[in-house]
Amino acid sequence: MARVLVGVKRVIDYAVKIRVKPDKTGVITDGVKHSMNPFDEIAIEEAVRMKEKKLVQEIIAVSCGPTQAQDTIRTALAMGADKGIHVEISGAEYETLQPIHVSKILAKLAQEEKADLVIIGKQAIDDDCNQTAQMIGGYLDWPTGTFCSKVENNNGELTVTREIDGGLEVIKMKMPAVLSTDLRLNEPRYATLPNIMKAKKKPIKKITPKDLGVDFAARIEMLSVEEPPARKGGVILPDIDTLIGKLKEAGHV
Amino acid sequence: MFTACFRTLKVSNKYGLLARYESTLVIAEHNNEIVLPITCNALSAAKKIGGDVTVLVAGNKCKKVAETVSKANGVSKVLVAENDAFKGFLPEALTPLIIATQNQHKFTHILAGATAFGKALLPRVAAKLDVSPVSDIIGIKTADTFVRTIYAGNAIQTLKCKDNVKVISVRGTAFEAVPLEGGSAKCEPAPNGEYKSSLVEFVKQELSKSDRPELTSAKIVVSGGRGMKSGENFKLLYSLADKLNAAVGASRAAVDAGFVPNDLQVGQTGKIVAPDLYIAVGISGAIQHLAGMKDSKIIVAINKDPEAPIFQVADYGLVADLFKAVPELTEKL
Repeated sequence: MARVLVGVKRVIDYAVKIRVKPDKTGVITDGVKHSMNPFDEIAIEEAVRMKEKKLVQEIIAVSCGPTQAQDTIRTALAMGADKGIHVEISGAEYETLQPIHVSKILAKLAQEEKADLVIIGKQAIDDDCNQTAQMIGGYLDWPTGTFCSKVENNNGELTVTREIDGGLEVIKMKMPAVLSTDLRLNEPRYATLPNIMKAKKKPIKKITPKDLGVDFAARIEMLSVEEPPARKGGVILPDIDTLIGKLKEAGHV
Repeated sequence: MFTACFRTLKVSNKYGLLARYESTLVIAEHNNEIVLPITCNALSAAKKIGGDVTVLVAGNKCKKVAETVSKANGVSKVLVAENDAFKGFLPEALTPLIIATQNQHKFTHILAGATAFGKALLPRVAAKLDVSPVSDIIGIKTADTFVRTIYAGNAIQTLKCKDNVKVISVRGTAFEAVPLEGGSAKCEPAPNGEYKSSLVEFVKQELSKSDRPELTSAKIVVSGGRGMKSGENFKLLYSLADKLNAAVGASRAAVDAGFVPNDLQVGQTGKIVAPDLYIAVGISGAIQHLAGMKDSKIIVAINKDPEAPIFQVADYGLVADLFKAVPELTEKL
């Protein structure tokens, strides 16, 4: 039975309206509500469902980041992951941590933990990169099913339905493999209180990037982070005729 | 700036040129019949970077597409790889081809459109080159400095890429399309190799059929949200769209509720559109949806809730019941 590695990222909660720092070095994160990247919740849920179908033996949740990343791992454990690995990265290294670094860490861990499957969200809602799963696949030379909306597992052969621009696509892959989850893959469960309590007893192994021998040199220099140009406030029109008049005026109809 | 000049000099010497020398490979996106419009936007980004532009056309039946691309303005060379291995355009097969091409030609930039195809492919290529890719750029400042959005379009990041090969996906709506005329590039075969992947197999595609314009390149988009209440009611929007020759989009709520297929989703995790006119019907205007449409030239919102956040970005708002307003609008147009 398969062993699954799931990557989870702690990000600013999806409902928070972010604010850019006045010095343009980034966005304000202090005192802002964080939670698990929504796509990663879907990844955990998928792994747990595979385990419930007895297709998976063990689920390992991994997060790279400062101490608070452990909260995100606990959430994954409460949803049904068996153990956690916290790759502690903080300070300047975390500032410049990118998918290239995370994918190298996850690729290393996938090998060390003898995982047959890596599942992660298709993108993190903070950096919006949509790179990590593809890069893990590249580093490990594993096939990668990106933007999955359905995964069927028949004894090591995966039939994956992917969300593509014009509709859907079906591919078949051999394990070991990497999957990235799209929104439609499943509906993540809520962790129940007993499961949250149980999760406190599940092990989280803490390691440092040094233990893995991954090079953390920054490949990208952030020059600035700015507010997008604000749209000019519009007007509320009284009726359809006025709307049509405005659109005709502007030459749209 | 100084380092940029220094590097330019170094590269220039290699080529024996005084001018700055960049060379870009654009991975064409096509369906074996036509070149997809996003390729023309990516070509425009490539021209902005400067230097030579080479296009790679790979597919299982792509000679015709290669010919079309060779007529694109500003393309200096088209590399053609026709091979059954590329059926379904799987990244596992295309990546080794791109790496072989890169090893031969030593491009400074590798570009593709930030579509499902480009997003699936480029990071795998970047990993093989051990460089950090840059996703979904909306601007090019210099050959190594790019602009992109983060946090669902709520912040704009300018970054400098230190890797020697820049692997970049391009947001189509941020770059004008290069016309597929006025050029006469030579078609050459791409490096040969055994590209078929034994690890993955393309089974099928189920594409939604539509006579309406394609969502990401349409001049007008009519989108529906949860307020549409059912898939059946989307017919109201289809009628309006047909009157306007518009594409139809949807919010995530409408897709999740099963009103319309997911490939219509406009937003942070769906399609990014920037039409001349965007009509949002029964859409509240969540952050994730705004990320996909707020660069539209004119936004019209029809919503019965005057407090809906969509009115904060709409140029023209109509506080009305969409089930009355949309048929009336369709009729009067």
